[in-house]
Amino acid sequence: MELKASNISFKYPSAKKYLLKDINLTLDNSKIIGLIGDSGSGKSTLCKILSGYVTKFEGNVTFDGNPLPKKGFKPVQLIYQHPEKVMNPKWKMDQVLKESWDVTDDFLEEFGIQKTWLTRFPQELSGGELQRFSVLRSLNPNTKFLIADEMTTMLDAITQVQILDSVLKVVKKRNMGFLLVSHDMDLVDTICDDKIYLKDINGA
Amino acid sequence: MEKLLDVENVSISFIQYTKGLNQRDLKVITDLTLDISEGEILAVLGSSGSGKSLLAHAIFGILPENANLNGKIKYKGKELSQEDKEELRGNEIALIPQSVNFLDPLMKISDQAIGHTENDTEKKEKKIKQREIFEHYNLGPEVDEMYPFQLSGGMARRVLVSTALLSSPKLVVADEPTPGLDEKTVKETLNHFKHMKEDGVGVLLITHDIHAALKIADRIGIFYSGYVIEIAENKDFSGDGENLLHPYTKSLYKALPANGFELIKGHQPLHGEIPNGCPYYDRCEMRFDRCKEERPELIDLGNKKVRCFKYEEGAEDGT
Repeated sequence: MELKASNISFKYPSAKKYLLKDINLTLDNSKIIGLIGDSGSGKSTLCKILSGYVTKFEGNVTFDGNPLPKKGFKPVQLIYQHPEKVMNPKWKMDQVLKESWDVTDDFLEEFGIQKTWLTRFPQELSGGELQRFSVLRSLNPNTKFLIADEMTTMLDAITQVQILDSVLKVVKKRNMGFLLVSHDMDLVDTICDDKIYLKDINGA
Repeated sequence: MEKLLDVENVSISFIQYTKGLNQRDLKVITDLTLDISEGEILAVLGSSGSGKSLLAHAIFGILPENANLNGKIKYKGKELSQEDKEELRGNEIALIPQSVNFLDPLMKISDQAIGHTENDTEKKEKKIKQREIFEHYNLGPEVDEMYPFQLSGGMARRVLVSTALLSSPKLVVADEPTPGLDEKTVKETLNHFKHMKEDGVGVLLITHDIHAALKIADRIGIFYSGYVIEIAENKDFSGDGENLLHPYTKSLYKALPANGFELIKGHQPLHGEIPNGCPYYDRCEMRFDRCKEERPELIDLGNKKVRCFKYEEGAEDGT
């Protein structure tokens, strides 16, 4: 499996300067990579390009040699920092999960999700609890590559360990690729096999 | 050092409609106890969504109408009524709010920093002082004429900090001052608090960021499921965490990537499903039988406090 970005450049329409310039990056499932960069350096934009959520950019992204699909399920899934922003506030949690796939009970248990939470609305759960749902939702059987963009930044240290431990178990078992984006060097050093500094690959 | 603020057994609940006209009383904070002295930084550490911002709102008397506040909030030994809070806030006690969303989007920065004035002389005096403090925080004269949307994240933070200091407060309450800022701005913001401390101001730092708390706080209060379960000294967060008292605090410390990234199971009970006994009972490794039904009080151990039967006088070891 190979997620490949070639000559990626991006600028906001209103800006003069490029945010990202000539980025080349090849990721696969052999190693867990950490991506490090200051805030405002374009980390999140790069993640959105790699997962197909930003489409107006120069260069191209391929997954296993093919361009990312424009419609339907995206094999590269992105997990954001704020789970409350990616869920329909008028749906109960079981519907939020079902939108992606039929999650089995073992998965609920592995991710520490209580059955009683399924009948609640997003605003009735804490950030840590919501993030468990957000992660589990992205682990649809068709997901091949997972990008975690500051996934645990808003969470306490214990919840951070719990969620990452569960995710990494699934990633290893299914042989998925995993990119961890974080500003926390200790965290990157702990769980990643290798790290990339955005400023080293960004020509802007 | 004189004691500035005493928060004793404060609880906050909300009246919520469940179905039709049925109401329920949702307790968000069950027991919050802490104190701050002059020139001290106390951090209150809790996960996001745990309701710790409500503490700030309670101190300033700006809780929403359907909130119920119990317990005592004392300033310099005197219990505060709603009128006292209105008198003190913006003068001796100042709030640094979470984000620029607390600024008026249609008002120029300098006008909102100065606030209400009685006459022109007062306005001029305040304007001079405002300029002085803004200058101190590296905000040039052009900032005075800007509107909030024109500020960058770091500038906005500096505006909020300097506005809070305009009335020369004795106590500053900062609500989540660090998220969304880059490392440099975080460092800068934390330095502002250090300077306030050096000037003898007491700082209450409400945060979910353990790294920020450890960088500047003298003592750290750990907030868990609506309770303060421990108030520890900064230096206790070192080594293997052997000087920390509460089992949750120990686990939290050991779960940090730099300290072992240790996994423990379970989650904080949600508002409305908190058990009768100790809120940490389900996850505790050293629990007694009594912990299930009986709720431990916060035990005072001099500078530290802990809510656990293990540290009661005459408590036997083990279960």
